[in-house]
Amino acid sequence: MSGNKTFKLDGKTIAFEDGDTIMDAALRSGEYIPHLCHNPEFTPHGSCRVCVVDIDGRQVSACTQPAMENIEVDNSSDEIISDRRALLQMLFVEGNHVCPGCEKSGACQLQAVAYYTNMLSPHFTHFFPQRSVDASHADTVIDFNRCILCELCVRASRDVDHKNVFAIDGRSINSRLVINSASGKLGDSSFAATDKAAHVCPVGAILPKHQGYDKPIGERLYDRQPISVVGDVAAHEQDEEL
Amino acid sequence: MSIDEFLSSLTDSTNNRPDHLLQYLYEIQYQYSCIPLQAVKILAEKLSLTEAHIKGVIGFYSFLHDLPRGTYDILFSDSITDHMLGSRELMASLCSKLGVTPGQPRKDGRVTVDFTSCTGMCDQGPAMLINGWTVTRLDQNSIESIARLIESGVDIKQWPEEFFQVEDNIQRRDILLSDDSSKGDALRSLIDKGNDAMLEQIEASGLRGRGGAGFKTGMKWRLCKQAEADQHYVVCNADEGEPGTFKDRVLLDSYADQVFEGMTLCAGVIGASKGYLYLRGEYRYLRAPLKQVLQQRREAGLLGTNILGKDGLDFDIEIHMGAGAYICGEESSLIESLEGKRGIPRIRPPFPVTQGYQNKPTVVNNVETFMAAALIAIHGADWFRSVGTEQSTGTKLLSISGDCEKPGIYEYPFGVSIQDILQDCGANNSQAVQVAGAAGVAIPAGEFGRSIAFEDISTGGSFMVFNQDRDLLDMVQNFAHFFLHESCGFCTPCRVGSSLMKDLVDKVCAGHAGEYDLGEIRNIGMLMRASSHCGLGTTAPSSMLDTLEKFPHIYQARLGDAGYEPAFDLDAALQDARDISGRDDAGAHIGTKS
Repeated sequence: MSGNKTFKLDGKTIAFEDGDTIMDAALRSGEYIPHLCHNPEFTPHGSCRVCVVDIDGRQVSACTQPAMENIEVDNSSDEIISDRRALLQMLFVEGNHVCPGCEKSGACQLQAVAYYTNMLSPHFTHFFPQRSVDASHADTVIDFNRCILCELCVRASRDVDHKNVFAIDGRSINSRLVINSASGKLGDSSFAATDKAAHVCPVGAILPKHQGYDKPIGERLYDRQPISVVGDVAAHEQDEEL
Repeated sequence: MSIDEFLSSLTDSTNNRPDHLLQYLYEIQYQYSCIPLQAVKILAEKLSLTEAHIKGVIGFYSFLHDLPRGTYDILFSDSITDHMLGSRELMASLCSKLGVTPGQPRKDGRVTVDFTSCTGMCDQGPAMLINGWTVTRLDQNSIESIARLIESGVDIKQWPEEFFQVEDNIQRRDILLSDDSSKGDALRSLIDKGNDAMLEQIEASGLRGRGGAGFKTGMKWRLCKQAEADQHYVVCNADEGEPGTFKDRVLLDSYADQVFEGMTLCAGVIGASKGYLYLRGEYRYLRAPLKQVLQQRREAGLLGTNILGKDGLDFDIEIHMGAGAYICGEESSLIESLEGKRGIPRIRPPFPVTQGYQNKPTVVNNVETFMAAALIAIHGADWFRSVGTEQSTGTKLLSISGDCEKPGIYEYPFGVSIQDILQDCGANNSQAVQVAGAAGVAIPAGEFGRSIAFEDISTGGSFMVFNQDRDLLDMVQNFAHFFLHESCGFCTPCRVGSSLMKDLVDKVCAGHAGEYDLGEIRNIGMLMRASSHCGLGTTAPSSMLDTLEKFPHIYQARLGDAGYEPAFDLDAALQDARDISGRDDAGAHIGTKS
C-alpha cells in the first residue's frame, strides 16, 4: 500500500491507493459524490453521468476517472450541481417516474439523489414512453417504466449470478432493458429472487412481490436522513430499515 | 440450402468465434432480408452467447433487422447534401410509384423504402443503398426505371451497371494522390532501415491522425510498441461515417495497396501479426475488390509469413464489415464492434494502445493516416514536412460537396484557406461552410480567411458548402435528427439530450419556438458537451451551439410571436379523435398558428 498519495476534493485532502478511481477514494474517506449506476461491488460503468466532477475545467465521471496525485476535484460548484440536477431531470422525463404511486418511494436512489441536488421539478418535456410491467415471475416484478438503464442488474446477473438474464437492446432513445428467455418474460428466465441481480436495482424497476408497503412511508431509508449520510440503497438490502 | 446449412457454412470456416457475431449477422441479413429467430437460436448455441445478447446486437445496428425487410430494401441517403440535390422529392416519388409507406415493407413483401445516414456519396448524390449496394446520381428517370425493375421482379444482379457506378472524382492532387511508388517500396524501406529507425522517421515527419483528432501517429505507434503483450493488433478505421466525408472511399478504391502497405508497416514497427480493416457497411461494394487486393498482396509476398523474405515479418489483414452505426467510427466503439458486440464506447483510460482489440495493445488509425505513413517510409520525414505548416505537416484530403460547381476530392497542403478552396471548387455566393461534418463547425463568410489545419480548423475531411439561398436551419435540423438516430444510448446526456434537442429544433423549424426554447437548446447543448461519455455526445450539439452564436438570424426568422409556447401541441393531440370521427373541418381544430 502506497498510503501517502492524496488529491483534493472540494479542498479536503483525500488519500488514495494505486488503481483507485476518484469515487473509490471518496467513498472510503466517507465523502459523498452523488451516483446512480455506480455500485462499488461492480466494475465501473460511467453511464448515468450523475457523478460528474470538475478537474481543471473538464468534467469527468468520478466513478471511472483514475485518482491522480495532487489533482483538485470540484464536487460541489454551482455548475456541477446544476448539471447533475439536469441529468436527473433527464432521467425523470425519459421514463415514467411517478413517485407518489411508486412503492419504492422513500427508498429510491433516484428520488433521494434528486432531493439531495434540490431538484424541484422535472423541468423538461415528459416523454411518457409506452413501457410494460412484467409480473410473470412468482417472486419478483419488473416495472420497465422506472428503469434508468444503469445496467446494475445486467452486471450482477452476468458477473455474480453467471446467468446473463438481462441485456440491453435497441439504440439511442430506444435503448431498453430486455430479458433472456424465449418469451422475453422474467418468469420464463432462470432468474431467482435470491439472485444478486434482484438486489441491486437503485430504483423501483426490480421489486420483490408480496411485501409492498410493509414499511410505511415516513419510516423509509431516505425519509429521515439524506442519501449523503445513508448511502446506496443496495448497501441496505439486508436491513430492516428499508 | 437450409438455414442450418447456411449458418454452418458461415461459422464453421471461422471456428464459431463469438467475436465474429456481427460478421455472421451481416451475412444472414443479406441472405434472408432479416435475422430469423431460428438463426438467433442456432447462433446462440454455436457461439455460447445468450439469445438476448444476440438480439441486442441486432437491435443496435441499423442494417440488421429482426423482421423481414422487402425483397428490395431501399435506403435513401439522408445527408443534408442529398436533400439539397432533391433526395426527399425523389424518395416521395418512388414511394408513390410503388405504393409504399416509408419504413414499412409493402404488403406483398416486395419492397421497403426508408432513410439511412449519409452513405458517403455526397459528390454524386442523391444516393441510395439497395440491399446494401450503392446507387448514385439518382434522378427522376432512374427512379422510374428502378420502380419498373422492382415491379417486374428483376434480380439486382441484372440491373443496368450504370446505376452502381461510383466515381473517384479526384479534383486536386498533391503528394499523396500523385504517388507513383511501387508495391512493397515502403516495406523494403522498413526492412532496410529497421523498425526503430522507421518509427523515428514517422515521428520526425510530424504525421498526425487524419480522422480529425490529430493525435501524433508516431507517438501512438511508440506507446503501442512499448506496451508488453503476447499479441499486438493494427486496425484501420474505414468507418467513414461523418456526414459529408467520402475520401476513404476513394483511397480504398484506388489506393488500397498504399493503405494496406501502411498497415503492414505499422505491424512491423509495433510487432503485430494481425490486422483488421473495419469497413463501414455502406461500402459493401468495396469489399470484394479489397479482398482481391489482399489476395494479390499475399501472392506477391507482401502479406503472410516472412514478408519480402524478412524472417519474422509476419502479418495478415482481415476485413470486418460495419452494419450502420456512426458511433463505430469512435475507436473504442469500433473495437467493441470488431469483437462482435454493440458499439458502445469504452471507458478511457485504458486507451487502445495498451488495451484495445481483445484487450491487447492496438493501433487504430484512419485510412488516410496509414497511406501517409507508407509514403513517409518511402520518401522520408523531410519530404513530408516540406508540405503543410509547422504544426500540421503534409496534406489533407477534403471531401467537398454541396453548393459548388466541382464537388469531389481535393488534396491540399495543410494551411490552405477556406477562401482558396471555395474558389477552386467553384463555389460562388457562399453563405457558410460546414467543416468536419455534423460534429463540426459552421464557418460564416466573415471567417473564410481561416485555414484547414490542426491549429485552426481541424477536420476529418468533410467540407459542405451552403450558398446564400439555403436556410441553414435545414442543416441544423438534419444534424439534430442524425444524432438522435446515431446516439448509442449509453449515457444520459447524449441519449436523452439528443432527443430533447431534436424536439426543440423541430419546434423552431415549425415556427412554434420562442426565446425560451433557444435558451433551452443552449443549456442542453452545453450539458451534452460537458458531461457526455464520448466524443459523439460532446460534439452532437455543436451545430446548434455554433449556429446560435454565429447565425442567430436563422433562428430569429422562425421564432413565434409569443416568448413561450408549450411543447405540447394541443391540436396535434386531437388527431386521433379527428381520425375516428372522420372530421377535418375548422371546428375539429384548435386555433394553433396557421
